[in-house]
This record gives sequence, structure tokens and C-alpha cells, in this order.
Amino acid sequence: MLFKLSLNNIRKSLRDYAIYFFTLVIGVSVFYVFNAIGGQAAMMRVNDSQYNIVYLLKVAISGTSVFVAGVLGLLIVYASRFLMKRRNKEFALYMTLGMSKGKISAILLIETLIIGIGSLFIGLLAGIGLSQLMSALVANLFEADMTAYKFTVSGEAIIKTIIYFAVMYLVVMIFNSFVVTKMKLIDLMQSGKRSEQIKLKNPWFCVIVFLLAAAALGYAYYQVGWNSKMIERNQMILYVALGCISTVLIFWSVSGMLLRVLMSMKRSYYRGLNAFTFRQISSTVNTMVLSMSVICLMLFLTICALTSAFTVRNAMNSNIKNLCPADFEYYTSLVPDEPTEYNSFTEMCEKNGYDLSEDFDKCVDVMVYTDNDLTFEKFFGDTLKKVQADFPFMQSDITETIMTVSDYNAVMDLYGKDKLTLGENEFIMLCNYKPMVNFRNEVLGTNNEITVFGRTLKSKYDECTDGAVDLSADRTNMGIIIVPDDVKDDSSIGAEYFIGNYRSDDKEAAEKIVLEKIDQVDRDTAGMRNADFFVKTSKIEICTAMIGLGAILTFLGLYIGLVFLIASGVILALKVLSESTDSIGRYEMLRKIGAEENEISRSLFRQTGIFFILPLLLGILHSVFGIKFAVYFMESFGIEKIFESTVITSAILLFIYGGYFLVTYFSSRSIIRDKR
Amino acid sequence: MSLLRIENIEKYYGNKSSLTKAIDGISFSVDKGEFISIMGASGSGKTTLLNCISTIDRVTAGHIYLEDEDVTAIKGKALNRFRREKLGFIFQDFNLLDTLTAYENIGLALSIQKRPAAEIEKAVHTVAEQLGITDVLNKYPYQMSGGQKQRVASARAIVTSPKLVLADEPTGALDSKSSKMLLERFNFLNHELDTTIMMVTHDSFTASYASRVIFIKDGKLFHEISRGGDSRKQFFDKIIDVVTLLGGDVSDAL
Repeated sequence: MLFKLSLNNIRKSLRDYAIYFFTLVIGVSVFYVFNAIGGQAAMMRVNDSQYNIVYLLKVAISGTSVFVAGVLGLLIVYASRFLMKRRNKEFALYMTLGMSKGKISAILLIETLIIGIGSLFIGLLAGIGLSQLMSALVANLFEADMTAYKFTVSGEAIIKTIIYFAVMYLVVMIFNSFVVTKMKLIDLMQSGKRSEQIKLKNPWFCVIVFLLAAAALGYAYYQVGWNSKMIERNQMILYVALGCISTVLIFWSVSGMLLRVLMSMKRSYYRGLNAFTFRQISSTVNTMVLSMSVICLMLFLTICALTSAFTVRNAMNSNIKNLCPADFEYYTSLVPDEPTEYNSFTEMCEKNGYDLSEDFDKCVDVMVYTDNDLTFEKFFGDTLKKVQADFPFMQSDITETIMTVSDYNAVMDLYGKDKLTLGENEFIMLCNYKPMVNFRNEVLGTNNEITVFGRTLKSKYDECTDGAVDLSADRTNMGIIIVPDDVKDDSSIGAEYFIGNYRSDDKEAAEKIVLEKIDQVDRDTAGMRNADFFVKTSKIEICTAMIGLGAILTFLGLYIGLVFLIASGVILALKVLSESTDSIGRYEMLRKIGAEENEISRSLFRQTGIFFILPLLLGILHSVFGIKFAVYFMESFGIEKIFESTVITSAILLFIYGGYFLVTYFSSRSIIRDKR
Repeated sequence: MSLLRIENIEKYYGNKSSLTKAIDGISFSVDKGEFISIMGASGSGKTTLLNCISTIDRVTAGHIYLEDEDVTAIKGKALNRFRREKLGFIFQDFNLLDTLTAYENIGLALSIQKRPAAEIEKAVHTVAEQLGITDVLNKYPYQMSGGQKQRVASARAIVTSPKLVLADEPTGALDSKSSKMLLERFNFLNHELDTTIMMVTHDSFTASYASRVIFIKDGKLFHEISRGGDSRKQFFDKIIDVVTLLGGDVSDAL
């Protein structure tokens, strides 16, 4: 009997439930899709180091999933509370008929169960379908071979999704029962009588609040956007809190001023249904201050997360081409005073039966020097304190790296990049790590003379030259001093770079052979050189790590972004839909006094549009400064692709948020038309 | 010359197995400047009749002519135009938009017709004066008494100078004092502004303000009496006589 009642309730209020159900389905499928990524990637032909990345990705997504589950859980509770409110009359009827609260709870329980199981089932089906699409993206990100790909279903992800959502539904059930026990019959019966009072806020007070909030926001924007490097963690929390509070206050004050402003425009106010439209908007905005603020902040996070993730990923891909111009690098850190059997890596290999030219068609072997008298402290002088404030790990007695210009040009020749020329007593500062570049430029601008191995050199330029010697994934060259060839001291060689390109076109196979042979040499010569450590770097290795990191960032950005977007869309949709249901009478009235159907639709379109656009506008404004702040941290990766990333982010935003807007508009239109 | 002509209209609800004849062959006509009351017990079909005239509902058979235009033949968008240009509505539960002030509620009827703001202002003030609601123009519906609300609703109905004002139990939700005041305003509109009013009611006192009363029973025309030269009191007594004849619910509602 109760079961039948529940089932009929769902059938009857299908429209109310539709958006709830829709949300659950999307939630379930997104949850599944992302948790199934591990399995997807495993199906593809990825190399060993990529397996590690895939594992890392799985771990990262698992962690994020807990957070996402929290957000979705809150959303579901919100949505279900919303539906409960709509049904007060129904509950009142049950109670007047003498049904116990326990039974009402039972009805709700069965309903939640039916909806829950239904949404899980459909959501999982949709998720399994979508994850096949996602595979294409995974393959693209990992640059993997898709030919071996088969239709996959991740049992692990299914079980995980079911468990997480079961817990969420359980919370909803407990919450619902709690609400039911608190219900009072008299409140339920009177719930339909809306005698909502329109409280017009004091306009001057609103203006003052608005100005204060705008000023506070401006201050936070300035601090975050232009003072990025001065910010400490505590300050950051302060600015974020300031931003959040200002957001709420801005929506509060705008909701108070909006109508006044519109009313003052007499001619447009009394045109067509405008008066009605404006009133509807202002009364709804008044009740939506908090949810709009939350939505605005979620949109802000979404935009920042997506844009940053894409920027970093895109930058990484282009960095590889730019910053990894050769296949292989063998870096040896040397201790100058200790005895050694071999003078160079090439010599070491040759004497141990490995002719490097077998595998490398082009290679260089260069030394870099250190002068114990040329330390960071010497270079920076008074500026050192400022540098150390930004880079606390930097000790003042670390020596600068010195390289001769012909060695440098040899490397550039291999890289196919521009060479440098140097006068007799000149030097060039080579640096590409942005924050460091700024400090070094400051020094070079004021005092451009240094002493290297007893020779006083003058900087050729009054700023750093962009460049690096290392193979690297990002811009991390803190500084190399390029000096004339005769300014060197062979007794203070600090390190050696062997850099080369493989002879074979099959880079992966070549790398395998090279590494085997070099490992053999390393084992044979252990302890025979004055090296304290050596590092082998290869383009393939860097690429894999980069692609992996890029993929992880992309996925996490997408994951959080999608969930936040859905959440914002749902909160708005539910608000607007319930507002439409409450206003059916008003639209009916408009029709009776002869308003055209398309006028009514336009009014509804405007109302829905305003609710969706207001938080988006402020969210975008927040994001502009948020991204400006993020750029400061992304600089070491490079930010050339930020425009492209913004475009992709906008497309995703437009698709999902815009989609929710359209769905909301069309369903409210059918709600207000239905009663005819 | 008759303004409204109703010719043998029928309105059926339901399907073949259970057919309800809400209106079963009613014909009458209303002259310009008349104040007509339609009386009948609940379920007699009087509200259905009003809905059919106002094009909110469609007749099953028969024709309704307003100024020789066949209302039953109007379709789609033209219906909205017809409603906003030719008709004025007053409802039992006022049907004011609770988000708008009295002024805006009245003005809305004009702004839907795309009248300029200046003209709206003038028209609203004129009609507000005629109905004695000038001092509540800037109030919201929840700040007004029932009588004031109904007068605002009436103002909205007549501000567009409609050919015919349709009122559905306008005093239904009012106390007797407010009812009396509203009806006197109706009389004023009828006599001074020559507004044609058609009012549905089951209250004999309310009906006695009209110049003619049409009685409906079970979807059919039962009787009709004109006030002629009678005083309102005498006319009221006549109505009571018919109501007694009608029997049923209406007599309970006296």
C-alpha cells in the first residue's frame, strides 16, 4: 500500500522529480567516468613509466572523489529538501487522514530508494557509455595507441560509485526522516498561502554596502592580482575570506538596488510586461542572495581550475618542444679537488668499450665551472635579502654556474638555437625562471660588473638572456653566467654536460640500448671519477612525466569543474523551476488580461537569464583576478597558451551552464503553460 | 442594439459514457450599458457561461457574438488581443499580482497594450479617482483590505475601456460593507461611464444592484427579471421570490 503510494507519487510529480533525477544521473555518471579512468588507460598501449602516472592519476582521482562526493551529497540533500517543501500540502493531507509520521517517513524512504536505484542504474549505464568517449580523451592525453582498445566496464568503479551514492542516499533518507518528525500540521496546511512581503531595503544603505563591498573586493583583487609575490598564507586566507564576504554583500545590495534602478527608468519599466518581469526578478533575487553567492564562487573555482589546468597542460606540451631540444643528457656533478681516472664522460665511456658515436649521431660534452668567490651573495649584494624572502631555500654561499661562450654555442648548435657572441670583457647572464629573472635584472640594471676567476667582466646587456643548457620540462634555469673562452679555470670544473641525439629513428629502442650500455659503464667505473652524483635525463622520460602530469591536472580540473558546474546549474534550475510553479497563477492572470504568449515567454526568458547571468558575471570578474594570481605560479611552466585555455574553458562553461539554462527555461515554460 | 448576443450555446464535459451538460442551450442578449447579473446555484453552469463568453473556455456548440464578431471563431493569438482590447475581468479572489503595487497592477493592463508611459499614468489616476483608491496606489496587495483589492482589480478591468466587463462573484470574498461599497462603484461605472457589466453571483443582495437578473438552473435558462422602475429593495424582494422558486443551494446562501 505504502509502496504503491510512493510509486504513484513519483509518477505524479514526475516533472518536479525530473530535474532531481537528471542531476542524480549526471552525478553518478560523472563519478563513474572519472573513477573508471584507471581501467581505461590500462587497456591502452602505454609504456611502463606511464603506468606509474596512471596509478598516480587513480590515487589523485580517488582523493578528489571524496571531496566531490561531499559536494554532490550536499547538492542531493538540498534538492531533496526542495522537493519536500513542494509537497507540504500532500503531507498535510496524509496527516489529517491520520497517517503517522513514521508512515510518512516510510513513504519518503521508499521514494528515495526507488529514485536512488533508478538513478544509479541509468547513471551507471550513461557513465559506461560516456567513459568510452572519455577513452578517446585519455588516449589523446597519454598519446597512446587506440587500436588495441576494446569496450571496457570498470567493475571497481561501479562498486565504488554504488557505495558512495548509497551513503549519500542514506544521508538523504536520514535527513528526510528528521524533517518529517519536525513537521507541524498547522505549518504544513498554511504553507500554500504565500503572503510574502516585499521588503524594500533602504536604497541608500544598499548603495553604501555596495560601495564598501566593491572597495573591499577591489582591494582583494589588487592584492591578489598585482601583489602576488608578497602574499603570505595567512594573508591569502584573509583575501579569500574578504572576497567571499564581498560577494555575498554585493548580491545583497544589488538585489536591493536593482528594482529601484529599473523603476527609475519609467519608459521601459511601463512597457509590455517589464514591470512584472522586473518585480519577479527582484523578488526572486532577494530570496537567492546566498545561493547566488555560492554559485558565483563555484563558477569562479570552476573557471580558475579549468583554465589553469589547460594552461599548464598546453604549456607543458609546447615546453617539451622548446625546452627539450635534444634526446639525451648525462649530467655529472664534479668535485674539483678530488683525484679522477677520467677527465670526461666521453673518455670514460670510450675507455670502457663504449663508443658513444655508435648510438649518437650528434653530441657535445661540455664543462661548467664554479668560482668559490662568486656566490649568490656576491652577485646579489643587498638584493639578496629580497631574493631569500621569495626563495627561503637559497643559501647565500651557493656558487654561481659559469660556462664559456664557445661551449655554450656548441650546445646551441646541437639544439639548433641562436648562438651568442661576447666581447673581451663581457659576460651574459642566462636565466629563464621568471621570478629569478626579475631579481637578476634588478641587479644587472644597477651594478653590472662581476669578478670571475680574478677577471672583472661587464654585462653585455642590462638584463638576463632567455635560455638554458639543461634538458628540462619547464623554465627552471636559475642562472648561468656565460663568459669569454679565456676566462676559465680547469681546476674548478663544477659539472659536466653530455648532451646528444640518438642516431636511430626508433627513439625508444635507441634509448633502451643507450641506457643499458651506459649503466654498464657506470657499474664498471663506480668510484673511479671525482663525481658526487650523476643524472640521466631523456626527452622521452620528460615527455612521459609531463604528459602524465598534464593529464592528471586536466582530469582533476575537469572533474572538479564539471561537478561544480553541475551543482551551480542544479541549484539555479531548482530555484527557477519552483519559482515558476509558484507563479503559475500570476501567468494565468496575465493571460486572462490578454498578454501575448510570446510576451510571457520573453518575460520568463529574461527572468531565467538574469538568474543565470548575475552569478556568472561576478564569477568571471573574480576569475580574471584569480587567474592573474595563478599566472604568477604558472610562470615557470610558461603561460603562452592561456588564451587557448580560456577559450576551451569558456566552451565547456557555455555548453554545461548554457545547457542547464536552456533546460530550465524550457521546463519552466512548460510548467507555466501546462495549467491551461 | 445588442452588444452581446448568445445563441443556443452548449458546453459538454466528459466522454460518451458519462456526459455532463454544463450549459444546455442558453440564448440571451445584452444591450450596451446594461448591468446584468447571472444567478444560479453552485454547479448550475454560471461560471462556465462566463468562461465561454470570456474565451477562457470554448463552447461545444452555438455562437457568441460581441458587436457582431463571432467570439467562438477567434483562434490563437487573436484571442489574447480580443481579451485585452474588448474585455475586462474581475475575479472573486481579486487575482492581483502580489509582486506589483496597485498602480503597477492597474498599469499592467495598459502596458500590455503597449500604451506609452505618460498615457498610462493619466489613465491610472483617472480610474483610481473614480473607484476611490488613489491613496492605496503605491501599496502592495498584501497591504490592502479585501474591498480595496477588489476595487483595484475593478480599476484594472475598466482602465482599458473594454466593451464588456465580466465579474465572477466579485463580492464573494468581501464583507458586507465592502460589498456594498464595491457594488455602488459598479453602479457608478454603469450609470456615469456607461460601462456594460456582466456579473455572476449567487448572492441575491449583490444581484439586486443589477438592472436585469438572469437565473440559470442545471445549465438551462430558468427565469429572467428586469428591475424596471423598482427601487433596489423592491427588486431584491422579487429576486428572493425567484430564488425561493429555484430552491436548493441558492436559498441557503441568502
